[in-house]
Amino acid sequence: MPEAMAEERIHPLEKLDIRGGRELLRKVAIVGVDESDEIGIVPHKSTLQLHAEAARNALADAGIDKSEVDAVLTCSAGGMASVQVAEYLGIVPTFTDSTMTGGSSFAIQLEHAALAIAAGICRVAVITHGQRGHSDRGRGGARGMMDPWAPAAQFEAPYYVGGPVGQYALACMRHMHQYGTTHEQLAEIAVATRKWAMLNPKAMMREPLTIEDVLSSRWVVYPFHLYDCCLVTDAGGAVVLTSAERARDCRKRPVWVLGAATSHTHMTLTAMPDLTQTPARYSGPRAMAMAGVRHEDIDVVEVYDSFTYTVLVTLEELGFCAKGEGGPFVSGQRTAPGGDFPLNTNGGGLSYTHPGMYGIFPIIEAVRQLRGECGPRQVPGAKVALVNTTGGTLSATGTLVLAAD
Amino acid sequence: MTQARPYLKPVPEPSPETRFFWEKCRQHELWLPYCRRCQRFFWYPRDFCPHCFAWDVEWRQASGRGKVYTFAIHYRAFHPAWEPEVPYVTAIVELEEGVRLYTALVGVEPEPGKVRCDMPVEVVFEDVNERISLPKFRPVADEEGDHA
Repeated sequence: MPEAMAEERIHPLEKLDIRGGRELLRKVAIVGVDESDEIGIVPHKSTLQLHAEAARNALADAGIDKSEVDAVLTCSAGGMASVQVAEYLGIVPTFTDSTMTGGSSFAIQLEHAALAIAAGICRVAVITHGQRGHSDRGRGGARGMMDPWAPAAQFEAPYYVGGPVGQYALACMRHMHQYGTTHEQLAEIAVATRKWAMLNPKAMMREPLTIEDVLSSRWVVYPFHLYDCCLVTDAGGAVVLTSAERARDCRKRPVWVLGAATSHTHMTLTAMPDLTQTPARYSGPRAMAMAGVRHEDIDVVEVYDSFTYTVLVTLEELGFCAKGEGGPFVSGQRTAPGGDFPLNTNGGGLSYTHPGMYGIFPIIEAVRQLRGECGPRQVPGAKVALVNTTGGTLSATGTLVLAAD
Repeated sequence: MTQARPYLKPVPEPSPETRFFWEKCRQHELWLPYCRRCQRFFWYPRDFCPHCFAWDVEWRQASGRGKVYTFAIHYRAFHPAWEPEVPYVTAIVELEEGVRLYTALVGVEPEPGKVRCDMPVEVVFEDVNERISLPKFRPVADEEGDHA
């Protein structure tokens, strides 16, 4: 689909009732976040155990009892995920959401929860995630069978079966060709992210990494070296949201949802309007407009780093630099601790954890940064955070703008 | 037709909207869906045009020529059927008709620097069984006469 056709499908920003949205979402706060008790390689815990531990920990962080939860949102427990998780936790919700858009599901569910809370439909929402990406490898249980008549089954699978790496490699190669992006620039992201991970005791990979290490690691799928690719781990995470009124009595200071927006452009790669773009170009400006913030107002950025390239292209699409200049933008360890663009401060999917769908963890980290809880990796004075998560094959994005008082 | 080993990769199962496409592939012809209202090709086959939503589409034969829009060289097989072929090259080819196909490249050296974006290619068909032939692409000499 030509780019112009894709653009026509998007409602122009000036037609949005941004002010209305801004007032709507200021009514909702994130009050609890946490991981499961263990993350990394956790073969002795089931998927549902990871969900439950994370939910218990995030509710304890909020100081809210399970009996108050009236909304359950998740995507990672089978085809009726929120029904399964609510049953397992012993919750009978009156708002439910099993939206499945890959790794962007959780940011998109957060948008839905915030709208529902602001509308008074529910009061306390829990978003959970649990996934055994490492321990379920080859176990087969997690993946549903694809409809053999589905477009991807007919027109992609005969040439490639193997998940995101081969697809993102195609997108990255086009970006390198079109804009001159280099392997060294991609490696800058892996190295900067590792430096953040070395400051996070929960991160899996905490050994020093150099650009030369990245460039000399083996090819997985060219143009990706091994260290351009995220980890495959086991992990759970959860986020608790509630109304501004209820948030006053929680254990921690509220983190406000100022802006939230969704967009997706394609399921199969040949339907992608332009392989060097992502739908972050639509969800990003909408979330920022809703929040009433500009790029220079944002103190810390958490974006889904399935691959180094995902970070580079997402920064462009969000408008932090001009299109095609993501490579120069991340050079010189600009995104590392001490650099002028704090990015993926937990160590990301590249070095902290990535159980298959990573998208709840950037939200958790953004909240911790805005609360000032991050110890040696704390971004001083962080007041406004932007979270962008990507699901599928650069298919679906959710952007959030979060803020402390 | 003989094959050295059984074909283990996923084989397309033609659907009501794609049966014509796969039948033509079996005859080693590449046909594409075309919108009579927009007057342009689209991909993948549907009963309607995904751009203007006109249910007024037809099949037209494509030239079979295009260029590599992008490619990837796979050094690791994530599915056992591809293990004997590593390293192999997948690509998205932009056809002269303006649509892009997901495919594999043949007749190229699977090495960085030996495959490049925008190199001219043409379709070839791999017969995988008595019903299905898969369109793949191979390099052709470009306008300057250099072999890509």
